[in-house]
Amino acid sequence: MRNDIIEIRWHGRGGQGAITAAKIVANGAFASGYKGVVMAPTFGTERRGAPVFTSLKISREKIYDLSPITTPDMVVVLDHTLLEEVDVVAGLKENGLVVLNAPPPASAYTFGGARVAVSDVTAHGVAAGLPAGIVNSGIIGAFAKATGLVDIEILARAIEEEFTGKKPELNARAARIAYEHTFIGE
Amino acid sequence: MHIIESGNVAAATGVKLARAQVIAAYPITPQTPLTEKLSEFVESGQLAAQYIPVESEHSAMAVCIAASTAGTRAFTATSANGLLYMVEQLHWAVGARLPIVMCVANRGIGAPWTVWNDQQDSMSQRDVGWIQLYANDHQQIIDSVLKAFKLAQTVSIPVMVCYDGYLLSHTYMPFDRPEQTEVDAFLPPFAPTHFLDPENPGNFNTVTLPDVRPGVDGTLQPGYIEIRHNLHQDLRAALATYEEIDREYAERFGRGGTPFVEPYRCDDARFVAVAIGSLSYQLRDVIDQLREDGLAIGVMGVQMYRPFPDEAIARALAGKECVIVLEKALSYGNQGPLYGDIKSALYRLENRPVLHNYILGLGGREIRTQQLLDVLARSCANPGEIEDTPRWIGLKLQEEHHG
Repeated sequence: MRNDIIEIRWHGRGGQGAITAAKIVANGAFASGYKGVVMAPTFGTERRGAPVFTSLKISREKIYDLSPITTPDMVVVLDHTLLEEVDVVAGLKENGLVVLNAPPPASAYTFGGARVAVSDVTAHGVAAGLPAGIVNSGIIGAFAKATGLVDIEILARAIEEEFTGKKPELNARAARIAYEHTFIGE
Repeated sequence: MHIIESGNVAAATGVKLARAQVIAAYPITPQTPLTEKLSEFVESGQLAAQYIPVESEHSAMAVCIAASTAGTRAFTATSANGLLYMVEQLHWAVGARLPIVMCVANRGIGAPWTVWNDQQDSMSQRDVGWIQLYANDHQQIIDSVLKAFKLAQTVSIPVMVCYDGYLLSHTYMPFDRPEQTEVDAFLPPFAPTHFLDPENPGNFNTVTLPDVRPGVDGTLQPGYIEIRHNLHQDLRAALATYEEIDREYAERFGRGGTPFVEPYRCDDARFVAVAIGSLSYQLRDVIDQLREDGLAIGVMGVQMYRPFPDEAIARALAGKECVIVLEKALSYGNQGPLYGDIKSALYRLENRPVLHNYILGLGGREIRTQQLLDVLARSCANPGEIEDTPRWIGLKLQEEHHG
């Protein structure tokens, strides 16, 4: 089918903000000229703490197929403890990319032939001045560095807009710190 | 200005721009975020409306009927069993000729319970007399809501704006949010000549005898059957009215021009797939693939289902070899409802296309692009005879019983 669509699957836990993170990236991508942006959360019921995922599709052209991603180009994991519960790389394309919230080194994690990028987003959030456990802004910085798809400054602005009234500058700072401290494995 | 939001928020934004004055709704998945958003708009003062919480959908529609009778712009929204719980009031709203607008986030009907998408809920209400519009994406949701308010008050008939639950209601995509001043120019305030007014008492919807009878002023007044004939005629006339409203909308906002059906690569097509809602857009990628394989096929989305745009559909499908109708609804014991309506619309043609009917996606069963490729390729390879028994896509655990 269409090969112009970049498919990104976001894994998190209910309440962790994976949907918000994907929505911010959607906004940043659209602002960068990607006309086709579709973000589809897991359909159905959602429990706090339970594994959830969100599909984000990005293209230069309008996207018509809203079905969930089955063969992602990239997966983003907000919580490395999910690795014990969820096959986060299910269907990942060959030479796909995994962006993981975890302490370096990247070589500590292997997913077949996938490239792996790690950033200790949990720690960077605290360093930015956010309460412990806020990871959905920081992970965007790691995503920006690892993928190069959307400029970090555009994403930082999208973060500030999304978090209006909810520590916008600190959340943007968390993303910038994570961006500077993202390590991509060989 | 473009924003990225969910389909429910697109709908709520349209209702806000339309300056609805009374909103009464009961939350039900997947409609809930729409009514939550509207209550936020009202609470924050962005929308000067009365938001009336109710204990059921029946009451939601009753409140809208009262508010509309009193001459205000009324809105509600629901899904599935919630829609069915208000059915008696749906009939009342249209019989009373009230320009209420309602969004339906399409969801399968229990039993057994499902919260996921199909279109059985609103399709099963096709004979109520409400106008039904269906949106394929978020832009069409917000545009349809605005056009619906104008259409409803122009023809004095309530309008449902339907969109796929979850697939559209909970999915985020970019859409243009029109400017308030431009919407105000397109959609003037609702100013009925005849409304419930304590200063000017009148009777509304009294018992109407089988035959005509003199009114209080001595002139003969219509009986029930004349009133119903008027409704039917006005619904048929609403086709032209909607075409005009859609044209005006396109001139002002640059979007529209396909009020009834939205064809894609149909002009030179020998085969045409037909669907309602987001499925008709999903099929575009499938059509592109089949075209690359050399198959002359297109897809047509149906955007207005009642009144049924039979002439536009017959025009679009005349001369085609085979028309494949894919539906997320079923008239149980017969066929898909759209299939039967299309067959009826094509009956007068001299060279009638062969028709195939597929049922799919009920209760949210995932519709895979590969499945669509397979069934369309199969139908095109062997159109054969018209098939009045629908085929089912994606059944598991059991064989499809066909025939």
